Amino acid sequence: MIGVALPLVATTVVFAIWYWFSPKFTDAGYAPAQPVPFSHKLHAGDIGLDCRYCHTTVEKAGFAAIPPASTCMNCHSQVRTTSPLLEPVRAAYRGDKSLEWVKVHMLPEYAYFEHSVHVAAGVGCASCHGRIDKMTVVSQEHPLSMSWCLDCHRNPGPNIRPSDVEVTQMDWVAPPGHSLTISRATGRELNPPTHCSGCHR
Amino acid sequence: MVSVPKDFDPRTYDPVEHRAPLVLGDHDFHTVTESIARPVEWKPPIGWYLVLAASLSLLGLFGVAIGYLVWEGIGIWGVNNPTSWGWAIVNFVFWVGIGHAGTLISAILFLFRQKWRTSINRAAEAMTIFAVMCALSFPTIHVGRIWLLYWVFPIPNQMAMWPNFRSPLLWDVFAVSIYGTVSALFWYTGLIPDLATMRDRAKTRIRQVVYGFFALGWRDSNRHWQHYEKAYLILAGLSTPLVLSVHTIVSFDFAVSQLPGWHTTIFPPYFVAGAIFSGFAMVITLMVVCRSVFKMQHLLTYRHFENMAKIILLTGSMVGYAYAMEMFIAWYSGNPYEQFAFLYRAFGPYAWAYWIMVSCNVISPQIFWFKKARTNMAVLFIVSIFVNIGMWFERFVITVTSLSFDFLPSSWAYYSPTIWDVACFAGSFGLFLTMFTLFVRYLPMVAIAEVKTVMPQANPHHASGMTTATGGH
Repeated sequence: MIGVALPLVATTVVFAIWYWFSPKFTDAGYAPAQPVPFSHKLHAGDIGLDCRYCHTTVEKAGFAAIPPASTCMNCHSQVRTTSPLLEPVRAAYRGDKSLEWVKVHMLPEYAYFEHSVHVAAGVGCASCHGRIDKMTVVSQEHPLSMSWCLDCHRNPGPNIRPSDVEVTQMDWVAPPGHSLTISRATGRELNPPTHCSGCHR
Repeated sequence: MVSVPKDFDPRTYDPVEHRAPLVLGDHDFHTVTESIARPVEWKPPIGWYLVLAASLSLLGLFGVAIGYLVWEGIGIWGVNNPTSWGWAIVNFVFWVGIGHAGTLISAILFLFRQKWRTSINRAAEAMTIFAVMCALSFPTIHVGRIWLLYWVFPIPNQMAMWPNFRSPLLWDVFAVSIYGTVSALFWYTGLIPDLATMRDRAKTRIRQVVYGFFALGWRDSNRHWQHYEKAYLILAGLSTPLVLSVHTIVSFDFAVSQLPGWHTTIFPPYFVAGAIFSGFAMVITLMVVCRSVFKMQHLLTYRHFENMAKIILLTGSMVGYAYAMEMFIAWYSGNPYEQFAFLYRAFGPYAWAYWIMVSCNVISPQIFWFKKARTNMAVLFIVSIFVNIGMWFERFVITVTSLSFDFLPSSWAYYSPTIWDVACFAGSFGLFLTMFTLFVRYLPMVAIAEVKTVMPQANPHHASGMTTATGGH
């Protein structure tokens, strides 16, 4: 009996940890409710706004800025000015307060991540965030686990875009066998860190 | 009965022509079983409870020290830059070293047909397992965040973290855990016939069931014995290289680094000799006490202790040779850093520790050149305590002095332990003694079946006509 039960229990435990403890299960698919039902599908997909219209700092800074309410009002002072769904945006604009968006793509505090260096190298937004332009509610597509980061750091080629393709072009698909390891910003061979202190500084 | 002269004195009995018998007195198989089973079956004296209470208190201290360590972090210890390895690593090496005698006695002496091992191997193996438990607890708590300990094992994980197989610290994980596993298996295999004996003698239902469960249905049949002897021989063969490999790899923790005083090729043999040295010292310490408390004078004879004392003398001198050779090579290498490291060991701020080490490990065992000392229980006990102390200081000297004074004088610092270092070390003795106290109460501390094989009655030609070793209970 033990001869059957023990391997069975061991296999179950291994499977349970492998499946339910994995960030693919615990983190991917995270789609919190936001204060305003902002649709990336509408804005980035159907209308075709560039990512950088709102996330202005992504090319220059480590953090890709969340836009202030005034950015929304650039258009919404003219468009759908009476929509009740937009009332929190107008309230924030009038009251000089920020909308409290809920962060979706979270990394642990001991992991240092820099947006600009990835954009400069030619990594597309969609590589990490998925097809945001198709998401009505933004959800985390990838596990953002350490091994997921390392998969690309060890083999960046397939995710580096040629310099004639914008990083913000959401529908770009790497042609089969694509591999590019030259940084578009420096023209030098890419050498993403794979040692501990590359990210855990 | 074997013909023992009337005026027999084990201390003067000619060891070459007629070696002293390994079981003294007028004993047959039944009385041997009785005398070994007695401490397991009697109502223990008050002293046993006192020792257990003291050991459990120390074990509690260990629990408190570990609890506070986990809560607060290893900053509660004296470790810091540059001495990032303090008492915890010293204690680890100390306990692993002690854990070497058991397997040496049970495996190597078994393969070399040293019959005198039979009376001491059970207790020595138990001591080994308990010492390895103590040893393993130190690297475990030394990692600081013990909930991340699984990082040392090659388990595929979401971080793509993999142990560094070039690091001797990882080899250590495998070496010590394999050693612990094989020692436990070896010990348990040897216990099976005796567990069956205890089962058959059991007066209470609980004992019957528990001993019966662990005896694995042993019925003393010829086939059982054939399988048993084969399994025991195989395990002895498997354990033998481990005796040498474990402390070799522990020494690699130091020798593979680049630090003066650590980076020396003499470390593996020197560590193995030291480990056997300290292990036998601990066996003597425990056996001298058990012998008189449990009235085992007829089984733990002067011949056993004399042989162990000789091993202490041999390995102690080997360790002394290693100390001298380290000094010589430091001078002969012409490397100023190496020379400095050893001069500072012997004459720097840690000189007190160095000379405690030398006096305990090299000088004190020299008394065993004299047969009078080798057969005097008081001398044996005192010297074994000295050796235990000396071997702890050896690890302290190696670990701490080299780290305190490395290449850059501006980073030198004197290491001092904190009260929590002391609590952890004392607490590990609590773990060790608790386990050993329970062991002598619940398991036969001498291998009953095996010790009968070295009695004259085991000889098929013996007048009593008995031919099975376990008969007569």
